[in-house]
Amino acid sequence: MAKHETPFLDQLESGPWPSFVSDMKQQAEVRAKNEAGVEFQIPQDCVDDLLGVVELSYKHGRTHWKHGGIVGVFGYGGGVIGRYCDQPSLFPGVEHFHTMRVNQPAGKYYSTEYLRSITKLWDLRGSGMTNMHGATGDIILLGTTTPQLEEVFWELTHNLGQDLGGSGSNLRTPADCLGTSRCEYSCYDTNSLVHFLTNEFQDELHRPAFPYKFKFKLDGCPNCCVASIARSDMSFIGTWKDDIKIDQDAVNKYIEQDPAYPSNAGAHKGRDWGPFDIQKEVINLCPTGCMKMVGKELKIDNANCTRCMHCINVMPRALKIGDVRGCSILCGAKAPILDGAQMGSLLVPFMEVNPDNDYEAITDLIENIWDWWMEEGKNRERLGELIMRQGFQKLLEVTGIEAVPQHVAYPRTNPYIFWREDEVPGGFERDVVEYRKHHLR
Amino acid sequence: MAFISSGYNPAKPMENRITDIGPKHFEEFYPEVIKKNKGKWTHHEILEPGVLVHVSETGDEVYTVRCGGARLMSTTHINEICDIADKHCDGHLRFTTRNNIEFMVDSKDKVEPLKNDLKSRKFAGGSLKFPIGGTGAGITNIVHTQGWIHCHTPATDASGTVKSTMDALFDEFQNMRLPAHLRVSMACCLNMCGAVHCSDIAILGYHRKPPMLDHEYLDKLCEIPLAVAACPTAAIKPAKVTLANGTEVKSVEVKNERCMFCGNCYTMCPSMPLADTDGDGIVLMAGGKVSNRISDPKFSKVVVAFLPNEMPRWPSMTDAIKKMVNAYSNGANKYERLGDWAERIGWEKFFEVCELNFTHHLIDDFRQQAYMSWRQTTNFKF
Repeated sequence: MAKHETPFLDQLESGPWPSFVSDMKQQAEVRAKNEAGVEFQIPQDCVDDLLGVVELSYKHGRTHWKHGGIVGVFGYGGGVIGRYCDQPSLFPGVEHFHTMRVNQPAGKYYSTEYLRSITKLWDLRGSGMTNMHGATGDIILLGTTTPQLEEVFWELTHNLGQDLGGSGSNLRTPADCLGTSRCEYSCYDTNSLVHFLTNEFQDELHRPAFPYKFKFKLDGCPNCCVASIARSDMSFIGTWKDDIKIDQDAVNKYIEQDPAYPSNAGAHKGRDWGPFDIQKEVINLCPTGCMKMVGKELKIDNANCTRCMHCINVMPRALKIGDVRGCSILCGAKAPILDGAQMGSLLVPFMEVNPDNDYEAITDLIENIWDWWMEEGKNRERLGELIMRQGFQKLLEVTGIEAVPQHVAYPRTNPYIFWREDEVPGGFERDVVEYRKHHLR
Repeated sequence: MAFISSGYNPAKPMENRITDIGPKHFEEFYPEVIKKNKGKWTHHEILEPGVLVHVSETGDEVYTVRCGGARLMSTTHINEICDIADKHCDGHLRFTTRNNIEFMVDSKDKVEPLKNDLKSRKFAGGSLKFPIGGTGAGITNIVHTQGWIHCHTPATDASGTVKSTMDALFDEFQNMRLPAHLRVSMACCLNMCGAVHCSDIAILGYHRKPPMLDHEYLDKLCEIPLAVAACPTAAIKPAKVTLANGTEVKSVEVKNERCMFCGNCYTMCPSMPLADTDGDGIVLMAGGKVSNRISDPKFSKVVVAFLPNEMPRWPSMTDAIKKMVNAYSNGANKYERLGDWAERIGWEKFFEVCELNFTHHLIDDFRQQAYMSWRQTTNFKF
């Protein structure tokens, strides 16, 4: 028998998509029966009460979680988010119901042994409810009480070899696509780089010293499966500098509609779009018009290719990324809060991704950007907003990067150019008396 | 419920403390076939909705079965995922960026038993536990935020709006018949923890009333200068207020006509709540993308300025989304993303074919960037 009536939530159990309500009810029941004999360290009926709170929100059209609350683990400023219910007498099981962010492994690969160790820990010391995963990438453990925070942290670090992620004004848990581990498009090993950056900047991840949040996201190619270009302060997007590799026989297999060569790797199989037409589907859609068929050969004018990936996506068996691989780095993306949405702006057109020297070029760039942002950034000002306020040229100055045409979509449309004094012969100081000798008042 | 110590001693918090060790190393978690073929993959194919094969230059293959899942998951459910991975996948699995679960096997004959197992599992309420799909020219799982499950600032629920939308779009999750892939994202307030601002279709929770002022507690709970500075439109100023009992307190005043309900003040000051049953609801955005493919990444545009919160299934919202998906499916060319299609036919036609009303709320009036969105040509359609 359910602790609370949930007529609204019950309606979300029907339909094909996995129902979070059914899952919560299942969890409430598992805790109530406790066949595993768990010595629950937080209220056994917390999931029943969570269902009750959410049902009340469905009735009121408003949340019943209170704002904030400063809790955490000793020595860290991030990784734990305090959460309290605003109807504690109705729902005592979730009166204190804090979130812990656990740093996910690169590529979000897991062994069941590891996942079971997390679920066991969270059954004992938490609600048994999670997010797999939060928007930033972490494993989110939802709902525990203050006395359990240090205990969970201790068990994570001592028994599971696992750290918390970030929250607050610090480096947020870096996230990546699966990269070369299972993708032929990936131009660098995103898993290795994200693991390196996460460990290299542990201090910044756990001890908030920044003006506001800062996100690294790593995409292996311009397809941008982790959306780094839209939602990270520094976005690492794999790319290449040399020519697309062409297997002409395979190109012709696509043209001949060999069933082993479906267009777009089979992504359009669900509808009859007519026979594959390389002219219409690849050559005419190339944004730079740099491709053509000459007889049975596909020719690509690589110097005019912008590596948008369309042709490679359509014919993955025939076209391959080049061999001189690295990444482009874009800065300043963010969602609307505070000053409106921003897309990442290209700062480094190409950078080597070199594990042999501990990714020195990348870490140097990061340090320069952080030095500037920490010095000049206002409270709650994201990097993108600082770039807007002080200018892209300032970003070039602090990073020592030379301006190149790749930095702009088009050159400035206004001629209000701020020349510096040292850029103008003779400087700005002049003699008005000398001037007046030749110019009457 | 006896307290069980992990070994942590609050009297000596630094004793044997381990910190800053980061996440587990990813290589521990790779399935054998992934470890062996990393960096050697030559190509892939989507065999059917939700089933992929990646082929290595070594001749090895990995078959992936992708399942949708609610982002909110219980440990019981995760343990069931582990049971499946133990039974079919040598104890390995992964999650995608969009909260799908991927089960991988190293030969084709292992795919059908895995699929049949996944299809057979249902929740007591009747919904599928592991629907297979979410690949190619279709709709994959919705990335979303916390909503009423666990957040203090939402203007709507996340899990419920997503469940309702995925039920309505379920056929597109299990098919690949759209012109290109279509990404739906959800964020329950303007903070956009889910960064939905570059999605083909975005569901966004939105407040429409200025903050209330809890004068009696405001100065006790908040740093007034921070609350004032938090406002992007300078609508907040410090004020002295006399309470009903005659006490004069320090507080703030809000110029309501300047407020665009972003909730920044509430983020800085819990005494300025703005949630409201009638004021809160949903904004729909459309036409964004993050991929660089064919056209540049672009922001989503607001196409429905407000829909009320209609718990528990938000029918007006799912209707509007379905209209957009249908019109896009009927009108766009192969490979054309929703935003590219809207730009090709023109936004005036987009509203017509999607049967959405255009209102004055859809004309940008925030900051100078707004000007870039007004039409500066006579090239328009009637």
